[in-house]
Amino acid sequence: MGNFFLDNQDIQFLFDYFDLKEIAVVQERFTRNGDADYVPTDPEDAVDNYRCTLEIVGEIAANTIAPNAEQVDLDGNTLNPDGTVTLHPKVQENLDTMAKADLMGFTLPRKYKGLNCPNLVYTMATEIVSRADASFMNMFGLQGIGETINAFANDEIKDEVLPQFAVGDVTGAMVLTEPDAGSDLQAVRLRAHQDEEGNWYLNGVKRFITNGCGHVLLTLARSEPAITDGRGLSLFISERSEKIKVRHLEHKLGIHGSPTCELVYDDAPARLIGERQRGLITYVLALMNGARVGIASQSLGIGEAAYRLARTYAHTRQQFGQPIEEIPPVAEMVTDMRIAVEAARTLTYETSRVCDYENNLLRLIETCPDKLDKDELKQMKKKYRLLKRQNSMLTPMSKYYASEMSIDVSNTAIQVLGGSGYMKDYAAERYMRDARITTIYEGTSQLQIVAAERGVTSGTFTKYIEQFEAMVYEDSLLTELKQRLIDGQQQLAEAIALVKTQPASYLELSGRRLVDAAIALIVGHLMLGQAVINDRKKRVARRFIDKQMPVLKMNCEQILARYTSALDEFELLAGPLPAAD
Amino acid sequence: MPYNSIVLVKQVPDTANVTADAMKADGTVNRGALPAIFNPEDLHALEAVLELRDRFGGTVTALSMGPPKAAEVLRSCLYRGADRAILLTDRRAAASDTLATSYILAQTIKTIGDYDLVFAGRQAIDGDTAQVGPQCAEKLGIPQVTYLDQLVDVNDRVIRVRRDIGDGWEVVDATMPVLITVVESANKPRPPRVRRLQRLKRARVPAEVVAEVKKSMRDASAEQREAEVARRVDELKKQGLLIEQWDLDDVKADLSRCGLAGSPTKVFRVQSIVLTKDGYTEIPATEEGVRQMIHELVVDHSLG
Repeated sequence: MGNFFLDNQDIQFLFDYFDLKEIAVVQERFTRNGDADYVPTDPEDAVDNYRCTLEIVGEIAANTIAPNAEQVDLDGNTLNPDGTVTLHPKVQENLDTMAKADLMGFTLPRKYKGLNCPNLVYTMATEIVSRADASFMNMFGLQGIGETINAFANDEIKDEVLPQFAVGDVTGAMVLTEPDAGSDLQAVRLRAHQDEEGNWYLNGVKRFITNGCGHVLLTLARSEPAITDGRGLSLFISERSEKIKVRHLEHKLGIHGSPTCELVYDDAPARLIGERQRGLITYVLALMNGARVGIASQSLGIGEAAYRLARTYAHTRQQFGQPIEEIPPVAEMVTDMRIAVEAARTLTYETSRVCDYENNLLRLIETCPDKLDKDELKQMKKKYRLLKRQNSMLTPMSKYYASEMSIDVSNTAIQVLGGSGYMKDYAAERYMRDARITTIYEGTSQLQIVAAERGVTSGTFTKYIEQFEAMVYEDSLLTELKQRLIDGQQQLAEAIALVKTQPASYLELSGRRLVDAAIALIVGHLMLGQAVINDRKKRVARRFIDKQMPVLKMNCEQILARYTSALDEFELLAGPLPAAD
Repeated sequence: MPYNSIVLVKQVPDTANVTADAMKADGTVNRGALPAIFNPEDLHALEAVLELRDRFGGTVTALSMGPPKAAEVLRSCLYRGADRAILLTDRRAAASDTLATSYILAQTIKTIGDYDLVFAGRQAIDGDTAQVGPQCAEKLGIPQVTYLDQLVDVNDRVIRVRRDIGDGWEVVDATMPVLITVVESANKPRPPRVRRLQRLKRARVPAEVVAEVKKSMRDASAEQREAEVARRVDELKKQGLLIEQWDLDDVKADLSRCGLAGSPTKVFRVQSIVLTKDGYTEIPATEEGVRQMIHELVVDHSLG
């Protein structure tokens, strides 16, 4: 029996490296557990629970989800004439197995039958599931919907809906996108109106809705017709009924197991989540942050699967009388695939760790200020604000970096497999098709960069990186590598200073280069920390820094050179508009 | 109608991952060198009775015979939904062969009483004898059906089973109580339930508590240790976390039929065979290639 957790040394290393015991302390503090009889006795016990839980996820991923993946990809799901969707039987089997193992309320409080796992453990689980079948992550990984309900809905809705999520009776969808409102959600038009008794109803069309056929829909709708921007939008919860029909299932390049729906609301009854007008600006933004870490971990899973396939193939495939892994360019491709996965994993897990502290501090500040003494509360609020700023930089960085990695790595996997990689006989082409969505949904890479560059150019990045620069390493190699990162930081600082003297459009133009440089520095420092206790990680850090510092230098030089021709000479360089056929 | 089932489970060395030191000089299995796992086919037996319980009601009791650490497989049964677990552990049962083991298990099953179904894996991967299940049935004086590959139906006191007989299937009806052994194709074992695991991972048999106390209170007197064991056992019992532990006296076993005394099996000779062939042969994916391969397999008696 395979196990996608126990066979993954890097995840297990990071499980031990990131101090989960310390996270468990804050995760379990003042938790309301109802009458749950599975509460851990102490932080060690909680960490043991996390490990056991990941072992079960790893078992199901290897023995159920992965063997189902190929058929699910071939067949997809089925749209019925009555506007409902029948999931592929193997997708249903995946779901049932996860539900029976109690894994569908991963992060929810125990009073709702959840497992109260930290986000970091959920991120690991999501990666493990995605390695088996990236499309199934869009079922398993939608648990942020439950979290959003838990964070913002009233007790009546929570008591009713959350246990159903946790035991796997229902799945959900976040229903945001419309034909004319994609990246720009402020343009959402689906209407919400109230009858005389105050009941809400929804009317309109939504598009590209992942798992839109789910039972519980969180819908962003315009409740204030007079307000045309994001402040006119509220968030609603609806149950599936004949008032909400699936009109169309999209035919996609990849993630075929995940039903992507066009939904038609016809006077569908709905209940308001939280307060009016905060739908987009508060609730959806919170939901999206979690979802973005989810896509980062989905990307890690695809990267890991593609890397493993290429690593095995390069070892067994013989050409010119030798395994192709002995051919230098192939050796380099395989090496850098692995390092790319580890780099993205490090950043994503670090982000999840920061999320855990941020979320838990907010929970403690909001739900039990009376249990904390004044000084502690004050300290917590200060710490919370700092973490929130860090997280609003790290989350888009992770989403951007891991998703771009998954495209690169799955693309390289096809190259390593050569002709075989191009054929449907191997999973390499599926990995690449599945990876392709990750830089697009939950905010494109370009939008993630916009979100991350604010942190990079304000003091957040500098402050965050200072804690690493202050580290003292006994090992001379680590000391030298750290110095190279500090040199890199100085080059980046110069580039940032230059950008600040330029028009805003130049910041946008330079965003990717700035964010790439900042990520290289963060990942480099994180790797140095891990290298202290792990000799292999020392080599990984050296390779990463060797490869990435010249790239950082290039990025900074390009910024300093102020190349703006893509804007100034757009018509000329982009060429004339092609004539219509 | 609800059925009370007993499932026989065994902790075995993982012979699928054999390393060089898997066998001792005297030819016996070096259990210390191999990780201990849940005997694979027993998981399928457990799944079969859990499915029956989920459909018709009743209870599932997991029974294992072995050293105290075999309680691990019983916990695993509890995580997956077993209602009750019993460990038969007794030094006097050590070195039992299949005859003695099946006698002891049959005595234990009689002591449990009030059962409709006894399920077991076809065989354990450490001995591959496939004898313990059938011998138990003989000693209990109940019918046996081996090699269950599909549980077709249950109707009142009659269970209909499809047996895998190697080159085909056979469908048989058996009247309860009946003992049935199960092969891997029967079903897909469910994973452990996380919430049950988080609660029940603390479940212990008293012998494990004794060992834990011995380890944590090295310098304490025997009385102090005994008192601590009694306290912990009492605490576990209150929380519903005490796994039942029986010995040969509890099941009224005739000691002359247990352990070495009750085991007529004598090992004549053990050979260590190391397969040295490496590499592979490429068969062209053509009619001719396959024909050639079949021919070679027939010639070296791998086929036919």
